[in-house]
Amino acid sequence: MSATLEVAGLETHFVTRAGVVKAVDGVSFSVDRGQVLGLVGESGSGKTVTGLSIMGLVDAPGRIAGGSIKLAGKELVGLDERGWRTIRGRKIAMIFQDPMMTLNPVLRVDTQMIEAIQAHEDVANDVARARCRDALGRVGIPSPEERLSAYPHQFSGGMRQRVAIAIALLHNPDLIIADEPTTALDVTIQAQIIAQVQKLAAETGAAIVWVTHDLAVVSGLSDRLAVMYAGRIIEEGPTAEVLTRPGHPYTAGLLASLPINNPRGRPLNQIPGSTPSLLRLPPGCPFAPRCGACQDDCTVTRPPETRFGMDRRLRCFHPLEASA
Amino acid sequence: MSALIEARNVSKRFAREPDLAAKIAGLFGNVRREVVHALDSVSLAVAPGEVVGLVGESGSGKSTLGRILAGVWEPTGGDVLFDGCRTADLSGDERRKADLAVQMVFQDPMSSLNPRMRVADIIGEAPLFHGVAAKAEVAAYVADLMRKVGLDPSFADRYPHQFSGGQRARIGIARALAVKPRVIVADEAIAALDVSIQAQVINLFMQLRAEFGLAYLFISHDLGVVRHLADRVAILYLGRIVEIAKADELFAAPNHPYTQALLANMPKVETGKHAFAPLQGEIPSPLNPPSGCHFHPRCPFATARCSDEVPALKEIAPGRLAACHLNGP
Amino acid sequence: MSDVAIEAIPAVETPLRRFIADYCANRLALAALVVVLVLALLSLLAPWIAPQNPYDLTQISIFDNMLKPGERSMDGNLFVLGTDEQGRDMLSAMLYGLKMSLFVGAASTAMGLAVGVSLGVTAAYFGGRIDAAIMRLVDLQLSFPAILIALILLAVLGKGVDKVILALTLVQWAYYARTVRGNALVERRREYIEAAQCLALPRSRIIFRHLLPNCMAPLIVIATVQVAHAISLEATLSFLGVGVPITEPSLGLLISNGYKYILSGKYWVSLFPGLLLLFTILTINLVGDHLRDLLNPRLKT
Repeated sequence: MSATLEVAGLETHFVTRAGVVKAVDGVSFSVDRGQVLGLVGESGSGKTVTGLSIMGLVDAPGRIAGGSIKLAGKELVGLDERGWRTIRGRKIAMIFQDPMMTLNPVLRVDTQMIEAIQAHEDVANDVARARCRDALGRVGIPSPEERLSAYPHQFSGGMRQRVAIAIALLHNPDLIIADEPTTALDVTIQAQIIAQVQKLAAETGAAIVWVTHDLAVVSGLSDRLAVMYAGRIIEEGPTAEVLTRPGHPYTAGLLASLPINNPRGRPLNQIPGSTPSLLRLPPGCPFAPRCGACQDDCTVTRPPETRFGMDRRLRCFHPLEASA
Repeated sequence: MSALIEARNVSKRFAREPDLAAKIAGLFGNVRREVVHALDSVSLAVAPGEVVGLVGESGSGKSTLGRILAGVWEPTGGDVLFDGCRTADLSGDERRKADLAVQMVFQDPMSSLNPRMRVADIIGEAPLFHGVAAKAEVAAYVADLMRKVGLDPSFADRYPHQFSGGQRARIGIARALAVKPRVIVADEAIAALDVSIQAQVINLFMQLRAEFGLAYLFISHDLGVVRHLADRVAILYLGRIVEIAKADELFAAPNHPYTQALLANMPKVETGKHAFAPLQGEIPSPLNPPSGCHFHPRCPFATARCSDEVPALKEIAPGRLAACHLNGP
Repeated sequence: MSDVAIEAIPAVETPLRRFIADYCANRLALAALVVVLVLALLSLLAPWIAPQNPYDLTQISIFDNMLKPGERSMDGNLFVLGTDEQGRDMLSAMLYGLKMSLFVGAASTAMGLAVGVSLGVTAAYFGGRIDAAIMRLVDLQLSFPAILIALILLAVLGKGVDKVILALTLVQWAYYARTVRGNALVERRREYIEAAQCLALPRSRIIFRHLLPNCMAPLIVIATVQVAHAISLEATLSFLGVGVPITEPSLGLLISNGYKYILSGKYWVSLFPGLLLLFTILTINLVGDHLRDLLNPRLKT
């Protein structure tokens, strides 16, 4: 049986006046039913564009230049807008950092949710409304019947995100792309949302791709972790293994720089330099100029993807630890 | 302990003026003027060379307190003291000295820099204006500051949009340093930066503290960063301080139930999936805060007294204050 | 901090240079700009390139009056666009008239801009009563038709180029005040303004060095369109006989002069100044439209 989502060699390019930006440059991963994949990277790493590509939401000047995206075995790359409309919102749902991306500020919540149901299914208004009420209750919104007739601005940030999640879950999608859904929220609210999503994923069996810059958020949530840098996945594997025995110097550097992994008040182990511009990538490994373990061969050719240990993938000529 | 800068019973209220529609409605009935109590009689002091972490969620008033201490906003009630003198009583040169001694570093590295000014002017304007650097020396002065914050001085004639996020953060720090401050109020100064850049900027803050003997009021929602940097930590909830303690004591044994919840919910890099046990309930709106202890609707230990009576901020151990009825009368 | 690698930054690209490059990407707008510049240059050079000085009575012969375009006078002078009822060369009169029109338009816009921007940015920065007072004045100003205010002012003040400019300034400043206030209200909430306050810079410096330059972009658009508006308003006033004096005719006055001959078939006295006026206003508006597209952040991708 094929995985819920299989991405292979995905390339998403943006044509700008200054040149072609390869925002996603050969990304492959797969997510199974009920699994959570943490897609981690800094700004410009291509993590968000990867999510948008899977949703078919890459707009001009961007385009998918190659590779394949298979949802339950069905190829999505090359689908026309009509084809996408049957998939998007129904088979794949997206949760954004800003819930107002999915919510219309001038429409009541029930109007929007019923519309979302009727876009894909032919159901009567009262049936749809009942389903909306259940959906709101399921994401932990108190007194859902009353909240249905409220406008988005009458909700707090955390509650708005819950509404967005409820909308995402309306059609029991096979796959949910969550793009930094808790980044804008407060610590205590963030924990609530993560707990909610965790519970819902277990209940519905949806596969989740959780896009974030925050290793801490996905560490307790995801089954597998994919770390992106300059448009590529540079390390991928089971979350616990990647975090305890990182193979790529970048992953190791990120972990080492977290205050919690440093003695209090001492200088942090920082990664020098800044993320490279995708227009001016160095010829070899894009991380080479910032890498402490950089050797001569790193600056010549791009490291290919290699297997690492039992169940991991890596793009590095000199992995930190010979894996068992 | 003599404080370098101190907020004494500082309150800040924001009144939202009724708009025209509300005014017309007001002709027929009462219109309630919406008043937000951003800060409710808050006292906090920063000693010379000390790093105080100020932690709170949205609506806690942490940015408001930072701006009041930095002199950007005036408090509605209470006093701000610099070196023991009320800043409101100072005027002329003394006021300016007090103003310049407290500088701010902001969250958004883009909007905190004037997009139409070159870096040399952004950093050099204030020292030139206040006579910290003479006109002939200002270029060298700026170059020196740029080197100190890790920027190449040859980029002095560029504009902010030509720099990366981390570099912009450094420009903001250099601008604050340029007037030789003694305290820097850092308002979520690293929150908008990439993970790998955050560590660089935290290190820069620590290095500058050692070099210039700076004190910081480090405002952040990120407990990990605050634990790393701060000597003392103050926790704000809906405009009131609920706990102040030395950082190691606070993180080792949080006293207030809210502090405990914050620590429990702090995202940590953990290995393996685990269930989250979040604190229930929403952060109430500062427009309409709960009675008594603001935290009581979310507090697992709340009693009847908590909803009636505002708990006082009391010393529960030397140098340690908490505002909770659980600590006894 | 020796370990901080400094990323290579593209060569110095000032906001101005980038803007110029963006502007020149549109051919039509570039052509319009070139035409506007050429028109301005021609009008400035009028004393040297015009076939005659239309104000110098010694150069004008009443015997040459109402010659058709392309006709020659008795002493062999060619009048490409004909002459008016006093024997003035229309081409020369138009070049001088264009100069007057452009000068009045540009000067009144510049003055309106100075007054409006200062008041608008002050209103936004201070807020409260100052804001309310200034903006009520703006509302009052904008609630009357511009032409009516200008007519009343000129009726009171009398004729004269300076008075026309003053009247046009007074009818224009409110647009700028309102626009700049809207922008400044947004900009003053940005952190760089707080940073400047924190650095104890004086208010006037914060307003005029920090706040104002960041509110100018939309004003450039309005100012461009307003130059065209001011030119047409001045033409209207002159046509109605309350504008510039007869001794220093603008395009509007030239049109007015020829108006009475149109029905008798002597079209050229009014038509050519009219076409030039139309063409000038059209090209300035084209430039303004393109500036609006460039400077409107909502249209940017």
